[in-house]
Order: sequence, then structure tokens, then C-alpha cells
Amino acid sequence: MRAQFVLSEIGVGLRRNLTMTFAVVVSVALSLALFGGSLLMRDQVSTMKGYWYDKVNVSIFLCNKADAEQDPKCAKGAVTNEQKTQILTDLKKMPVVDTVQHETADQAYKHYKEQFGDSPLSSSLTPDQMQESYRIKLKDPEKYQVVATAFSGRDGVQSVEDQKGVLDNLFELLNGMNWAALAVMALMLVVALMLIVNTVRVSAFSRRRETGIMRLVGASSFYIQMPFILEAAVAGLIGGGLACGFLLLGRYFIIDHGLQLSEKLNLINFIGWDAVLAKLPLVLAIGLLMPALAAFFALRKYLKV
Amino acid sequence: MIRFDNVSKAYPKQNRPALRDVSLEIEKGEFVFLVGSSGSGKSTFLRLILREERTSHGQVHVLGKDLARLSNWKVPHMRRQLGTVFQDFRLLPNKTVAENVAFAQEVIGKSRGEIRKSVPQVLDLVGLGGKEDRMPGELSGGEQQRVAIARAFVNRPRLLIADEPTGNLDPQTSVGIMKLLDRINRTGTTVVMATHDQQIVDQMRKRVIELEKGRLVRDQSRGVYGYQH
Repeated sequence: MRAQFVLSEIGVGLRRNLTMTFAVVVSVALSLALFGGSLLMRDQVSTMKGYWYDKVNVSIFLCNKADAEQDPKCAKGAVTNEQKTQILTDLKKMPVVDTVQHETADQAYKHYKEQFGDSPLSSSLTPDQMQESYRIKLKDPEKYQVVATAFSGRDGVQSVEDQKGVLDNLFELLNGMNWAALAVMALMLVVALMLIVNTVRVSAFSRRRETGIMRLVGASSFYIQMPFILEAAVAGLIGGGLACGFLLLGRYFIIDHGLQLSEKLNLINFIGWDAVLAKLPLVLAIGLLMPALAAFFALRKYLKV
Repeated sequence: MIRFDNVSKAYPKQNRPALRDVSLEIEKGEFVFLVGSSGSGKSTFLRLILREERTSHGQVHVLGKDLARLSNWKVPHMRRQLGTVFQDFRLLPNKTVAENVAFAQEVIGKSRGEIRKSVPQVLDLVGLGGKEDRMPGELSGGEQQRVAIARAFVNRPRLLIADEPTGNLDPQTSVGIMKLLDRINRTGTTVVMATHDQQIVDQMRKRVIELEKGRLVRDQSRGVYGYQH
């Protein structure tokens, strides 16, 4: 009896406020799609950063056997143990250097696998193709040039890389887009919440006769409020479902098809379906709970129980 | 059943209190008329019993409970033991007679079987047997008020509050409603009825409580409406 009664009340309520319900669904869908999108963007950036990105400023890559045959910079052969010790002691003497870490070829292979997973690029790779390197953290990240001039061209050194220089601009762009998305999301969220509050107000007003009688015959406040809260939750859930659809479509059209970024930018390891799917429960849960909470607080103001 | 101890009620932004130092007791099974001109405090009196309002001073006990100490979430349970009837019937226009009565049971979680049993019973009691499927709009005022009484009584309350139940009805119909309320009273239900209807009060010869400007000015068993009104 109860469930049937509540369900029919919700149906009536949602249909009575059809335009309002539609507005709630759309605004919840857009704000949650932006929210999910920004989470995915963050995932994407962190997969692109790799293992060392946030930890060091400069990397000195050492020649391995393969480089010795192909790379003119390594014409004098693979790096020797004496050269390595020399580089390390020189590094430690430099005042700008904060810490130095040594990455063996095996470790490099492991980190590479972690970052690129099973992409076609990494499957053909073997540990001895990887380079040994020194990963250096500077006291002042701007002083990259000091290290670069000291070590580039030295025997056994293949290259000195400013870790951040390469990708920083891209990351800054992505980061900026992310903040913009979050700002729009916050705005949409406020709009959604105000719409929900207003919907509840209208709904409570149009059903004041019923709720008045319910109050008089002693229906519990939970029972009186439930249809309103469920109304908002159902609308929110539909919005959340749409947002999930947007995210899946977004991944499909931007990465695999349509824009086909995965083919055009095949050096980048794009986030997979699992990353997208992992976000969906969160999006749905927020879609369900946030409007329900908003309705609950709106009811305290607009519905006397 | 109901006890008022030195009850005063002042509303904010009104300099004159709606009730001033009212003390009285209504026993189980009594039938009480509450009379007084508009603004005398009748509505406030009833709203205090229903705990729609709280007192400013003094205590109201209903069914043995101090309403000031009753926490908000217990109020619905208290109200389940009260029935209320109003001048304007307050029926749901889009529900049939039977659905209107059943609504009062549905929303407090009564089982379907219980509802199916008690709704025809109470409709018979109020004299609406056979009109279960009519809409309120198709009924006369008197019949609508009978539906409202059926709804108030279907949960077998111990106390029935009626706020001018005959206010919108012609004298003939009013007599019928009063007979019904009297019958309900005879089942042991206490009835408190606010009214302006002199004829009815004079005929019924029940206890009369008169309020004037918020004060209790008369409490008479087997009383009449008033001396000069």
C-alpha cells in the first residue's frame, strides 16, 4: 500500500511540474557531465605525466648499448661505471642540485610499463632498450641550464632534459580548461539547486491541501516529505543518467571515433573505458543525493509538518 | 481528556493576546460547545489542542500528555488519536468519497485489508452508504461534511475537534450533522465543537464554554448559546 501510494504521488508530482522537472534534469545532467569530464581530464593529465614528472626537474639520460650504435651523441660507446660515478660526484658537488636519484634500465622499463600499459608502442620494448638515467631535483627549478651546460656532450651522456619544459604548456592549458569546466559546473550546480528548491516550493504549494490533511490525520513528517524528496531524487537520477551518457559518448567520439585523437596523437596514452566507467557510479550517486538533499532543505522552509 | 492550566497565547505583532489565563478541564466522553464572537480565541483554543500552536504561558494536556513536552516527531502519533472537521470540509476534489476516507488511513500506513473493512463501515455510520464512488463535487454540502466526518472518524479517534462544522450549511442540514456528531459522541468519543449556531447550541443542551477577548467568561453544563448575542 505504502509503496504504491508513494509511487503514484511521485508520478503525479513529476507530471504536474513537467517543465520544471525537465529544467532540473537538464541542469543536473550538464553540471554532472562537466564534473565527470573534469575528473576524467585530471586522470588523463596524470597518466600523461608519468612516474618522474612531479618528482624531479632534470633528467640526464645515459647511453646504452643500442644508443652506442645508432646515436652520434653516444659514438664513444655505452656509459661506463667510471663515467657514472664521475657524473654522480659532479652532480653532488653542484650547489643548485637538491637530490639525485639513479634509475636503472629495469626500473625505467617498469615505470614505462606503468604509464603506457599495453599500448602497441610498449609491447615491442625490452628492458635493455631502456636508458639508465639520473633524476635530479633542483633547489631552484629555473636553474635547469646550469645542469644542462655542465653535462650535455659529456661522454656517456645521451641527453639532458628539462622535464617540465616539454609538457608544461600543454598541462597548463589542460589545467586551465579543467578549472573553467569546474567553474561552469559550479554555476550549473547552483542553477540546478535553485531550480530544485523552486520546484519543491511550487509542488508543496500545489499539494498543500493533501499535505494539510495528512498532517491533521497524523501522517509522519517523513511520510509527508517522502514524495517530494523522491520526486527530486528521480529527476536528479535521470539527470545523472544523462550525464553518464554524455561521458561515454564523449570518450567514444573524442578518442576513438569522430575526432579520433587516439590515432592522431598516438604517442599519448589515453584514458580507457575503465576510467570512464569508474566515474559513473559517483556521478549517479551525486545525481541522486544532491537533489534529494536540496529538496529536503527546501521542504523545511516551504512545507510545514 | 483535555486540561488547560492558566493558558495564555500571544501571537507576535499583536498587542492583545489571543488567549488569557484560561483554565478548564474536559472529561472523557463529554460534548462541549465552544462559543464566542469572532476573534474571541476559539480558533486558537482548538489549534492549541491540535498542537498547531504552542502556549506562551501555561500548560495544555491532551490525552494525558503535556503538549509542551511532546517532541515534534511524536506529534503525528498524538494527532492520530484526534479527528478534525472544518467548516470548509477540506476534501480532495479529485478523489472519490471512499478514496477521501481511505486517504486518512493510507497516509498513516494502515493495511489495505483494514482500509477495505473500515471505510464502508464508517460511510454507513455517517449515512453515505452507496455513495462510495461519487466525487465530492457531486455531493451536497451536508453530504460533503459527512464525508469529512467519516474521514475524521475512520481511525476511531478518542477526541473529535469540529471547527464550525455547520457554518456553511442550512439549518435543516445542520440538524442532521449535529445528530451524527451526537451519535459519534455516544460511542464514547469526546467532541469539542466551536460554533456560532445559536439554534443548535440551545437545542442540544450540552456543556458550553464561552470565550470573550481571550478570556474564559462562561463554563456551563447543559448551557445555551448566550444571553444577548
